[in-house]
Amino acid sequence: MSAVSQGTAVSNGRFTRVLIHVTLLVFALFYLLPLFVMLVNSVKPLGEITGGNMMALPKVWTIQPWLEAWSTAQIGVQPTGLRPYFINSIEMVVPAVAISTLMGALNGYVLTKWRFRGDTVLFGLMLFSCFIPFQIVLIPMARLLGLMGLAGTVPGLIFVHVVYGLGFTTLYFRNYYAAFPTELVRAAQIDGAGFFRIFTRILLPLSGPIIVVTVIWQFTNIWNDFLFGSSFSGQASQPMTVALNNLVQSSTGVKAYNVHFAGAILAALPTLFVYIVSGRFFVRGLMAGSVKG
Amino acid sequence: MGFLDIANVTKSYGAVEVLHRVDISVAEGEFLVLVGPSGCGKSTLLNMIAGLEGITSGEIAIKGRAMNGVHPSRRNIAMVFQSYALYPNMTVAQNITFGLEMHGVPKPEREAAMTRVAAMLQIDKLLDRKPGQLSGGQRQRVAMGRALVRNPDVFLFDEPLSNLDAKLRVDMRTEIKKLHQSLKTTIVYVTHDQIEAMTLSTRIAVMNKGYVQQLGTPKDIYDTPANVFVATFMGSPAMNILPARVVMQDGAPHAAVIDAAGQTRHLRFSQPGMAGWAGREILLGIRPEAITDPEGADRKSGNIQHLSNTVVVTEPAGADTFVTMTLSGRDVVGRMRADVTVTPGQSFGFTINMDKAVAFDPDTEARIAP
Repeated sequence: MSAVSQGTAVSNGRFTRVLIHVTLLVFALFYLLPLFVMLVNSVKPLGEITGGNMMALPKVWTIQPWLEAWSTAQIGVQPTGLRPYFINSIEMVVPAVAISTLMGALNGYVLTKWRFRGDTVLFGLMLFSCFIPFQIVLIPMARLLGLMGLAGTVPGLIFVHVVYGLGFTTLYFRNYYAAFPTELVRAAQIDGAGFFRIFTRILLPLSGPIIVVTVIWQFTNIWNDFLFGSSFSGQASQPMTVALNNLVQSSTGVKAYNVHFAGAILAALPTLFVYIVSGRFFVRGLMAGSVKG
Repeated sequence: MGFLDIANVTKSYGAVEVLHRVDISVAEGEFLVLVGPSGCGKSTLLNMIAGLEGITSGEIAIKGRAMNGVHPSRRNIAMVFQSYALYPNMTVAQNITFGLEMHGVPKPEREAAMTRVAAMLQIDKLLDRKPGQLSGGQRQRVAMGRALVRNPDVFLFDEPLSNLDAKLRVDMRTEIKKLHQSLKTTIVYVTHDQIEAMTLSTRIAVMNKGYVQQLGTPKDIYDTPANVFVATFMGSPAMNILPARVVMQDGAPHAAVIDAAGQTRHLRFSQPGMAGWAGREILLGIRPEAITDPEGADRKSGNIQHLSNTVVVTEPAGADTFVTMTLSGRDVVGRMRADVTVTPGQSFGFTINMDKAVAFDPDTEARIAP
């Protein structure tokens, strides 16, 4: 009366199970170590860091470094804290993600459902743009932004990130829509829906999973970008990443490590937030029932 | 001029012509089935009627209005797809009314039309469900509801039953036929299943390799197939085709065939005109149901030929028993009564109803007689 094997490769006796869990736990702790160091040191007074152990829990708990990093720390020449740059980043990342995702979806729709002569070549070229290194784009892009009068502005940064992200978003949506049954589009055509109505009423409502993937990808990339941010932004349009660098670099005298740690966590929070929130909507099976599988 | 006119229509992809000069005129209320093996061009033709594929040359007209270049939504047609193509993000009700909404029909009218169709197809309990929550047969009904609600001039069906299991397919077939009888709509229906074609249609177009091989009523197609392809494609089991020589005996043309023992046997023709083929080779076509045991022979036939031959295989199929013999080197299947007693290897007295025989030219494979 032995139980049917569950089909795992290794035997799942008690000892093996404990061994696996202990190993996983050790690795998890190891990977969490940097986060632990950052969190712990961002809530202790500077004296405890310079005079003691980086790994130790704070003797005196304080949120002062966080407040300082947010609103009063010296960034470059101004004691503004990271707040205005955080806002810059939000103002940049939200439209850039929205525009590049929407355009990628439209591109994918056209490339799969409204095929035309040369569409595969065009798609190949767009795919190629994914592999162009950032550095190659810098100088032509600077010139272009200058000509458009967008140099050193947040809209300029949005433009750069939309252009650079388009290759990826198109790739994602094209591959998603390639598996999308063309009969649905034909049925909608016969029903009288036009190009945009088919897109907004049929395709977009069924694009949840790929939209989430694209948004996570684009948000993370654009938020974390440093090179474009430092190359194309002016004093007033610097994104968070550049400001964080300035915070760390510009401190005169004693380095306020606790403030730096707090600032770094602040800079990382939005991507973490997007991942946790939208990851929950990353569900499969939205296509179920459209056609017989 | 018919209700739906397909005149001299061809379709080419680049230099390759996939559909050659199709000419079909469909009258109002007719049920035309396009049948053929995969790749014969039947779905392409249907898509051209729907406007989903362009017409290379020729003209398609509905109610006398040329449809070349007219957008699918402006042809007043409705289509049921093989995969049903229900919008998965919408409920059954939204699926059915989407087309009306796109055509700007006011909401109360949409609701009324939907209620009427839902009641007709018995899907009124499913209106709030999503397609993913429906069974195959229910999805099929919704797909038909979506077509019916538009009240179109022409219904187009693209292999609508091929995704259903065997029993459900037969039920839905009957329902489609009932629907056609009560609504008297014009239907063009594509299938590769010859039984669907026979049972549903008022006329059949048998297609192969981009040509319409024969256009006619189911009885025409079955009894007087235009060529060997049509003869063997329609009917199950397929019509037996065997080489034979036409010989004159007692002043009447006979088909000379060779039995399992190597003896030449003569089967008298009752078809006129066969005397002209005396001395020449032909292909003789005999349907399995024209080869029976003596008790099962058609009493109304004026020309029953007896032939004793060795039984090769017997296949009891419940209602009938299929018995195979060898004639002129080919396996020839006969359809016997279920309770006939035959065993493989024995010599058995077959009766052949030569009234139902068909002769084909061995070179062109076209029908010579009847």
